[in-house]
Amino acid sequence: MADRTLPIHGALDLTPPREREGTILDTLHDWVVTVDHKKLGIMYMILAIFFMLVAGAEAICIRIQLALPDNHFLSPQVFNRFFTMHGTTMVFLTGIPLIFGFANYMVPLQIGARDMAFPRLNAFSFWVTLFGGLLLYYSFLGGSGLYGMGNAPDVTWWAYAPLTARAFSPGHATDYWALALIVTGIGTLGAAVNVIATVISMRCKGMTLMRMPLFTWLMLVDSGLLLVTITPLTAAQVMLVIDRYLGGHFFDTQAGGSALVWMHFFWIFGHPEVYVLVFPAFAIASEVIPVFSRKAIFGYPAMVAASVGIAFVSLGVWAHHMFTVGMTSVSNTFFVLSTMLVGIPTGIKIFNWLATMWGGKIRFQVPMLFCTAFLFQFLAAGLTGIMLSVAPWDWQLHGSYFVIAHFHYILVGAIVFNTFAGIYYWFPKATGRMMNQTLGKWHFWLFLIGFHVTFDTMHFVGFEGMPRWIYTYPADRGWSHLNLVISMGGIIQGIAVLIFAYNLLSSLFVGKIAGNDPWDAWTLEWSTSSPPPDYNFATDPVVGSRRPLWDLKHPEDPDWKYEA
Amino acid sequence: MSAIPLTPHVSDERPWHLPYRGRIGMYCLIIGESAIFTIFVVAYIFYIGKSLYGPTPQQVLEVPIFNSICLLSSSLTIWLAERNLEHRKMNLFALWWGLTIVLGMIFLVGTGLEWYKLIYKDGLTISTNLFGTTFYSLVGLHATHVIFGLCGLSLVLIFTLTGKVKEEHAPKIEVLALYWHFVDAIWVVVFTVVYIIGR
Repeated sequence: MADRTLPIHGALDLTPPREREGTILDTLHDWVVTVDHKKLGIMYMILAIFFMLVAGAEAICIRIQLALPDNHFLSPQVFNRFFTMHGTTMVFLTGIPLIFGFANYMVPLQIGARDMAFPRLNAFSFWVTLFGGLLLYYSFLGGSGLYGMGNAPDVTWWAYAPLTARAFSPGHATDYWALALIVTGIGTLGAAVNVIATVISMRCKGMTLMRMPLFTWLMLVDSGLLLVTITPLTAAQVMLVIDRYLGGHFFDTQAGGSALVWMHFFWIFGHPEVYVLVFPAFAIASEVIPVFSRKAIFGYPAMVAASVGIAFVSLGVWAHHMFTVGMTSVSNTFFVLSTMLVGIPTGIKIFNWLATMWGGKIRFQVPMLFCTAFLFQFLAAGLTGIMLSVAPWDWQLHGSYFVIAHFHYILVGAIVFNTFAGIYYWFPKATGRMMNQTLGKWHFWLFLIGFHVTFDTMHFVGFEGMPRWIYTYPADRGWSHLNLVISMGGIIQGIAVLIFAYNLLSSLFVGKIAGNDPWDAWTLEWSTSSPPPDYNFATDPVVGSRRPLWDLKHPEDPDWKYEA
Repeated sequence: MSAIPLTPHVSDERPWHLPYRGRIGMYCLIIGESAIFTIFVVAYIFYIGKSLYGPTPQQVLEVPIFNSICLLSSSLTIWLAERNLEHRKMNLFALWWGLTIVLGMIFLVGTGLEWYKLIYKDGLTISTNLFGTTFYSLVGLHATHVIFGLCGLSLVLIFTLTGKVKEEHAPKIEVLALYWHFVDAIWVVVFTVVYIIGR
């Protein structure tokens, strides 16, 4: 390790930090009023992990209900509420906060900035997102309005019209859903604006666009995509609220409105959203794989171009969620082809990550284990995606468990895996302590096994024709054994996540002291102390290549000689 | 500001200019807002002529020529105000800025009168038919943006009249003016869709 050069001479104020004074209340006050990007990043992560545990518990309940035929663990109503809340929570309160957790903490450090471009907007965005989450979950208590018992939204996470009309969804559960998504949408928009302005306007000297770490690049593209993705959802939710509260007719088929318009509006948001969620996984892989393969990323410009390409293509594929609606064959063909087109830039990315590992001196530490699994699972998910993009194939399997298996392969196999990789990778930077590697390996292997037991099997139960959204099934359908296996996989994943949670908490107090640069990495965040001081960099850094710390550690063979 | 050259060859004092973050932030907001308006405009166009019962746009809508002229010319006045701020002519700045607010107010009052006529004389509310739903939500969305813009403009006017606005605030005021130009530009789209295509 080349630790002797770090921290960079002069980069840190070496006067010892003032001892923390005051009570727990003072500390709490510090965190509540903070506008510091690092604290907000950690708070975003805590928010995301908390809601991930909540929505994960809902998933476990769903799986217990489906483990056996003719089961009565959950009532049909509760089952509908749980899968609605599971989907909504995972997308809006876990997936999106994870993006901004990582982006908030890492982007200013990676580009050598003091903070985000708009620190107060940053705090506002976080608290609004949190408030939206509380609003959504308050529906369990207040959702019924005047109708008696409490309930939660039960209209699925895409809430097709006319199910959401007042006549079919009385009470306020659906309103809590719509309002919560408008509120979190405002937070998301604010955070996305902030990331873009930070990357464009706050880069340190020498950090040209083509020298930015790929993580920052992907967060920039991701935020740009969010700008035009989350806002159509907000508009559609406003229309829904107008329909429900002011007697509007946007989606009211009896007054000439169209239920199909809602589907289009929702998926114009909904499909790019999937790419929005997966970009952080790409971002983390693009940092972890080079560092643990001891090689510079292969094909940096191609990676940037592929990211931008995916963002653009993703805006034109939404109606592949609607093949069974009965569109014209021209539209079907268009959306089949545009969906297949996504495979090209994603393929470029996979090949580049593989080429980065090729011939590298790979260190299989926990972050790298997760990223390696990600590569295989992401490939498999992409292949089932190509299968589903073929309209006749989709007609056969739409609304079956095959589709659930496909998108969970992305959401869990790619996004959750790389989120874990990112947490294991940057935990030392944020806390100053390493996470326990032994527990980490237990976590990885158990989660990997549980994941494959659950979601591989789910493909087959889909082939056998098991539809989504059913709360139970008769024993003579032949789905019983597979469902039991799927549910057991779910329990294994649950145990793995509990090990992770324990590891996270215990490492906070007893983890090995990390030092500033435990992985011998190359981007700017590793040049500060762990955790970084409030001001990040005592003096503004100046960089001359994509791997400024490599240049510092290896003055005899610096990167900038090859990049210019 | 001293700097740590991580690589010696870039430590030469080449200038390093990045765009102003407020301007970037406003451009981003405008892109996001444009997406919201796109959805509402698409809904409006899709639902033209789909109302099952009246009143129809042909029967009740009058083209708000005067209103539109007022709103569009406010883009000119706010530009003149910015020019005067750059040349430190604070009184002229306040004058043109105030005129912008007045023009915006006239537009809002005009919209209010139009809605009053539609609601009380023609009996068209947001729940009457599809035309009412799409009309009030699209025009209302735009009017909401005008109100937000006017709040911002008025704050600047108050600070100008109390002498707190200086030349160095010009970049921030330009960001606000950018938003106002956006509100005006959107009106061109809304006007075309509602009063020309839809009528």
